[in-house]
Amino acid sequence: MTTLDYLRQDKLPHIWCAGCTNGAITSAVIRAIENSGIDRDKTVIVSGIGCSSRAPGYMDFDTLHTAHGRALAFATGVKMANPELNVIIISGDGDAAAIGGNHLIHACRRNIDMTLIVINNCIYGMTAGQYSPLTPTGAFATTATYGNVDRAFDLVELSKGSGATYVARSTAYHAPQLQRYVEAGIKNKGFSVVEAISTCPTYFGRRNAMADPVKMMEWLKDNSENKRDGAAEYTKPYVLGEFVNKTEAEYTAAYDREILAKVMLKHARHPGDQGQEERGAE
Amino acid sequence: MSKQQAVLMQGNEACALGAIRAGMTFYSGYPITPSSEIAEECSIHLPKHGGRFIQMEDEIAGMAAALGGALTGAKVMTATSGPGFSLKQELIGYGMIAEIPCVLVNIMRMGPSTGLPTSPAQGDVMQAKWGTHGDHPVICLCPTSVKEMYELTIEAFNLAERFRTVVMVLTDEVIAHMREGVLLKDDYPLVHRKRPVDPPGPDFLPYKADPETLVPPMADYGQGYRYHTTGLAHTENGFPSNSPRINEALIKRICEKVDKFAHELEMNEFVDTDDCEHLIIAYAATARAAKFTVRELREKGVKAGLMIPKMLWPFPKNALNELLSKNNLKSIFVPEMNMGQYVHAVREEVAGRCPVYHIDDVSGELFGPHTIGNKIMEVASK
Ligand SMILES: Cc1ncc(C[n+]2csc(CCOP(=O)(O)OP(=O)(O)O)c2C)c(N)n1
Repeated sequence: MTTLDYLRQDKLPHIWCAGCTNGAITSAVIRAIENSGIDRDKTVIVSGIGCSSRAPGYMDFDTLHTAHGRALAFATGVKMANPELNVIIISGDGDAAAIGGNHLIHACRRNIDMTLIVINNCIYGMTAGQYSPLTPTGAFATTATYGNVDRAFDLVELSKGSGATYVARSTAYHAPQLQRYVEAGIKNKGFSVVEAISTCPTYFGRRNAMADPVKMMEWLKDNSENKRDGAAEYTKPYVLGEFVNKTEAEYTAAYDREILAKVMLKHARHPGDQGQEERGAE
Repeated sequence: MSKQQAVLMQGNEACALGAIRAGMTFYSGYPITPSSEIAEECSIHLPKHGGRFIQMEDEIAGMAAALGGALTGAKVMTATSGPGFSLKQELIGYGMIAEIPCVLVNIMRMGPSTGLPTSPAQGDVMQAKWGTHGDHPVICLCPTSVKEMYELTIEAFNLAERFRTVVMVLTDEVIAHMREGVLLKDDYPLVHRKRPVDPPGPDFLPYKADPETLVPPMADYGQGYRYHTTGLAHTENGFPSNSPRINEALIKRICEKVDKFAHELEMNEFVDTDDCEHLIIAYAATARAAKFTVRELREKGVKAGLMIPKMLWPFPKNALNELLSKNNLKSIFVPEMNMGQYVHAVREEVAGRCPVYHIDDVSGELFGPHTIGNKIMEVASK
């Protein structure tokens, strides 16, 4: 099938600006979903609020556009209530790392089987250009007109330190690489984080001498380099590659094995035998 | 006749067991006094029934996960208290506009802020109604006993499923922590959400409401319907719309789907109201104190009566209007463990037909029957 077959074509054209790479990243995610072989009708795509979070609206799956920052918390409920569902989350840098930062570290910690793609355009796009926790120090934004003094998170290190079992970073410029990472993330039986650095010529580019979409793509290329085995230092700000890929106990499986299976067996019951009867056993 | 069995239970425990009885299969929340036992009991009992429990990183996440779980078809619940209730407000609105069935229990404690965590109060009555931004329907039940904690929790699930909305169970620390012998029935009728009758297809409209009930049937995620859920104002197809007409119709429908049936939802208990001249309107633990007040006043020859709304919202207009028209009411008293919340709704409905007095207690101590009685005597003897 083509990428278009996975889109709600009647919802196009999309709302994104010219030169925005949310579309390129959405296509990479769709191709990764197709390659991973997961059942489309058993797949839920969840997002928060932001330009990037509009992606699920164009994707022909069960889709859940939640509140700003809360995508992972909603997604956790979807997965936990029905672990058979594949859950993929698309979130912005503000959505995932600012207002949703707490949910991010806890999803990593639980290692719940979901895949998060953070579309990092280094800015709050939807609200027209305020700095985010991933805006580089020194960059300009509508709330950093004198230059950003905040330091940026390293999402890879944050996810790694919080316990995610698959962590990778790529960019919209490196779409085939990004697609491979998303696919690997989906296949990982645990919580996967893929940072996808993107472009926002309108709100990040314009204030940072890259209003031209081509310049922004060049910026992605010139500011990133691939991770190399044994390399101690890198000269470019963004290192691309797979940083974590390991197997550890997955949350819903652990719950079902350690709690559900054991407790249910002990309390095997007849239909209608609910609630109060068990109390006597406690 | 249904068989009954007596069990000694704590209010919060009754809430958890009632939820399981109602068919809850997913609970997500964050602990907070005086609601924590609800989470604890759910963590113990849910897995025995094949359900799952998760302790989230905060109350916002607890609400979010519950709503996410409900979209997979599960009956879900979360529980909290004052500070956590404040945190959940944004997502309560999400559940209302996206029309997701979810039961939210709030055990009121002294506030504002951290206040007195272990002391009772009734400070969230207006927050329950107006806490989240925008216009939305509110269904809010209010148990006054352990038995009602059990039964009204079941009722809350039934209403959430019927109306596709967030339904609140609001009570105070006294009811949550008290232990009482409870006679349980073995046949509680249960309601399950209407699901679409048509199989998945391109014509599926997830928000096309039934013209009678005004509630759209709800598909479970994972069944092939591939539909979109959003907190943005949306059309029948579930996608955002910029049409003022469509947006207005949506907000009006979600309000009307509850308002239309509000009269049949009213749930009140009446004590000595047949000939009463002085009416007390009280809820949760205050209602229990007010029962003593009525008995004491009657012994003194004062014609006192009591109306206990078990559903605070929608406001029980019919019952109050009936009392106003049938009785020769001289005064209405609204004792509350706050500086005056429900009394405003009472005054609005009474609309000057009779004086309405508020009796406050914000000491963090349970209302004494005399506090209420003394105030009534003061007014009655004038
Ligand atoms: C609770 C809440 N706070 C703030 C906002 C306003 N808001 C909407 S999107 C957004 C930031 C978007 O930035 P990001 O998450 O990086 O996504 P992008 O739009 O750049 O793709 C903000 C602050 C909101 N909708 N809700």
